[in-house]
Amino acid sequence: MANYKDYMLFDKLPHTWCAGCGHGVILQAIADALAMQELDKHDVALVSGIGCFGRVDDYLDINCMHVTHGRALPAATGMALANPDLHILVTMGDGDCCTIGGNHLIHAARRNINVTAIVANNYNYGQTGGQYSATTPEGSVTSTSIYGHVEPGFDICKLAEAAGAPFVARTTPYSPMQIRNLIQQGMSVKGFALIEIMDTCPTHYGRLNKFGGAARMLEKVHEMTVPVEKARTMSEEELQGKFAAGVLVNKSREDYYTKYRRIVDSLKA
Amino acid sequence: MKSEKRFIEGNIAIVEGAIAAGARFYAGYPISPSSEIAEYSSKMLPKVGGMYIQMEDEISSMAALLGASAAGKKAYTATSGPGISLMQENLGLGIMSEIPCVVIDVQRSGPSTGAATKPAQGDMMQCRWGCHGDHSVIALSPASVQECFDLTVQAFNMAEKYRTPVYLMADETIGHLRETVTIRELDPSEIIEREQPHGIAPQDFRPYDYDRDMPSPMPPFGSDQYLSRTTGSTHDEKGEFCPTPKNIDRVTHYLTNKIEAHTDDICLTKKLHLDDAEVVFITYGCSTRSAMSAMEQLRKEGIKAGLLQLQTVWPLPEKKIRQVLASAKTVVVPELNLGQIAGEIRKFNDYGCSVIQANRVDGILITPKQTIDAWKEGR
Repeated sequence: MANYKDYMLFDKLPHTWCAGCGHGVILQAIADALAMQELDKHDVALVSGIGCFGRVDDYLDINCMHVTHGRALPAATGMALANPDLHILVTMGDGDCCTIGGNHLIHAARRNINVTAIVANNYNYGQTGGQYSATTPEGSVTSTSIYGHVEPGFDICKLAEAAGAPFVARTTPYSPMQIRNLIQQGMSVKGFALIEIMDTCPTHYGRLNKFGGAARMLEKVHEMTVPVEKARTMSEEELQGKFAAGVLVNKSREDYYTKYRRIVDSLKA
Repeated sequence: MKSEKRFIEGNIAIVEGAIAAGARFYAGYPISPSSEIAEYSSKMLPKVGGMYIQMEDEISSMAALLGASAAGKKAYTATSGPGISLMQENLGLGIMSEIPCVVIDVQRSGPSTGAATKPAQGDMMQCRWGCHGDHSVIALSPASVQECFDLTVQAFNMAEKYRTPVYLMADETIGHLRETVTIRELDPSEIIEREQPHGIAPQDFRPYDYDRDMPSPMPPFGSDQYLSRTTGSTHDEKGEFCPTPKNIDRVTHYLTNKIEAHTDDICLTKKLHLDDAEVVFITYGCSTRSAMSAMEQLRKEGIKAGLLQLQTVWPLPEKKIRQVLASAKTVVVPELNLGQIAGEIRKFNDYGCSVIQANRVDGILITPKQTIDAWKEGR
């Protein structure tokens, strides 16, 4: 039996993240998901961007490519097409995934590139001091919206689904086992899988928006979720301010590489 | 070895050169005057088991190249000035992470949209210094359709050898010029592949090496023996984030030195009639063609004219330029810009040589007469 420790670099700990940040929970869930599948670490690659969560590769003993802000998905696209046997994880924050890199998210989902995107959405740019991102909810306070934010935030899962992602899921760091299971499930999909983790940033977003301490913030993000099965029975009014958690989309759609490879093979014949 | 004569344009010869050199991955975004490279790559790559993908922009194209190259494929893209601007951040990522690839710039008039279908050589400094931070780059510049083939092969070889992005700086004139060229299958001895860590125990392997002026071997992501780690953050030999003053200093020096210490290998030039030349045209790209005619005309008039063509434009072939500056009375530098390379040549001029510029930025190729007139007026 493989153990999550087999995929970790313990000499790099303690990690860089603040006390109460959800990123560490996701880090262990990633390592756990790899152990669960007993994957050879040589067959796994992680592509990460910039931001607090971009540092997740520092602690993992697998192939790692740390790229520029917002460009993890296109780098992973090149890698996935060059070596279709690699299991590719793409770790991004809300800035990477759907603000500076939003264009790449919709195109990676549309093309159905065979990667698993793990998005730690903590509703702000934690690393640079808590400025607003494209998921920051309207009305909330950040270091660049001290009078209240005037833009509505993106729903990452809806965005990925609309762009054609065959697997979309959501959870919170309150449920580490669910994160692990969803990553494992996403990795078993041959195509674009996205797992959004509604994350906690008690240092910036939580403090400015009166979420209470780190533990209370964790409870609060959990309370904002409703199991997807239950959400399907609820009215739009009942779902105000709530987010469906669990597997939101799971359908079969042929991935980019498989379709392109068919053309390559037909030209050879 | 298969070899054939073909009457084709420069952009097509570039694709033939890339495929002959072993390139099997293209990611790009179409832009004039480079689009034929995208079109022909999309047709030819799947025939040789390769892949073409049209990305959503030039930023993602450059990122995809690096991802594919990290996984072991020789990768390339083609664009023009505006696309080069968008690629700069990830080009820096390629330099810092030491991931080879080839970026073809078919230059057009600028800045901004400029005159999109007109030739220019205005990207010389953009390619040299476009991405932030100290670094060195390799850029080759073809002056004929045959050189489009030959120098593309060299660009891939240098990218693999020095683990770095390499520019091929063509221009609208050369990209769309049709000439008869020899397209040939290369002997394996002519093709350089990135070094592999043969015989190194996996636990001893380091993806980076700062102790010598050459990069560490580079196994592909997915190798069954070695784990890979690349990053755009300042890193140590293991590829782990290491922002100490000492490490930042040695990495910055290393990234410059690994290219600057090998200029004898990297700097390709062509010399014509330099032995007795009193007036020398120092040229690159399409301007070489005009200068060649000018030189021949002057020779007919009994004037000792010669030509030094810079096939490698970055790093500038300093030794050969200095030799010319030391021996010639006058140097003429024709360029389709306002003197981007002439200014660099002057930096080497410790010899009192007269350096004359012949510039044109109206989207029209410089003429031999204009080049001669510039010399006559300036001497």
